[in-house]
Amino acid sequence: MEINKTTGNGRLTLAITGRIDTKTAPELEKCLNESLDGISKLCFDLEKTEYISSAGLRVLLMAQKTMNKQGDMKVRNVSDDIMEIFEVTGFSDILSIV
Amino acid sequence: MKELDIEALVDNLDKVMEFVDAELEDANCPMKIQMQIDLAVEEIFVNIANYAYDPETGPATVRVEVDPDGSAVRITFIDHGVPYDPLAKSDPDITQAADERQIGGLGIFLVKKTMDDIRYEYVNGSNILTLKKNL
Repeated sequence: MEINKTTGNGRLTLAITGRIDTKTAPELEKCLNESLDGISKLCFDLEKTEYISSAGLRVLLMAQKTMNKQGDMKVRNVSDDIMEIFEVTGFSDILSIV
Repeated sequence: MKELDIEALVDNLDKVMEFVDAELEDANCPMKIQMQIDLAVEEIFVNIANYAYDPETGPATVRVEVDPDGSAVRITFIDHGVPYDPLAKSDPDITQAADERQIGGLGIFLVKKTMDDIRYEYVNGSNILTLKKNL
């Protein structure tokens, strides 16, 4: 997994390439813990994300809970396969998928 | 039928995935189904690695069987740790808003939703969990 961060003006975009799984999700969690201070708009770009397991969903849910307190969060470029995982788990109702 | 005997460690997840994916590719498994199986394999193997022998570690066997007519694949996980039936766990409430949702607990639920059949047995000191997915 690779995380590409773009930030400025209270906005943060994280473009994630590869797999968000049990082994890589802690790195994403750490990145969020270090980056969300002062952020009011968070965006995940999943265009190059191949796979997300429950470990990754857990991190997205944490991020959503944090952003509910300090701004908003969007998830974009979700593939059909990942969308199905969001739908099965009810994440499609929790996340703002654009 | 192919089997992989491996120490149940999260660090071995990549090896388990490679083993399963190689078998699925041989069976011409569609990508979408392969991803759903990968998800299930990750959840089950990581559960075994984290809990079966806690705080020690121990062995696990992963077996992949493709039906002769290619219509389904069965993946069996065997460990000799504490008896644990993942199917006994109640499902999370997926209709709750983000703030009420529990962090975690989704893994087994995803497995139940994406696999066509799941069977659990505890036989002679072994947990045996078999996932079936139609191809």
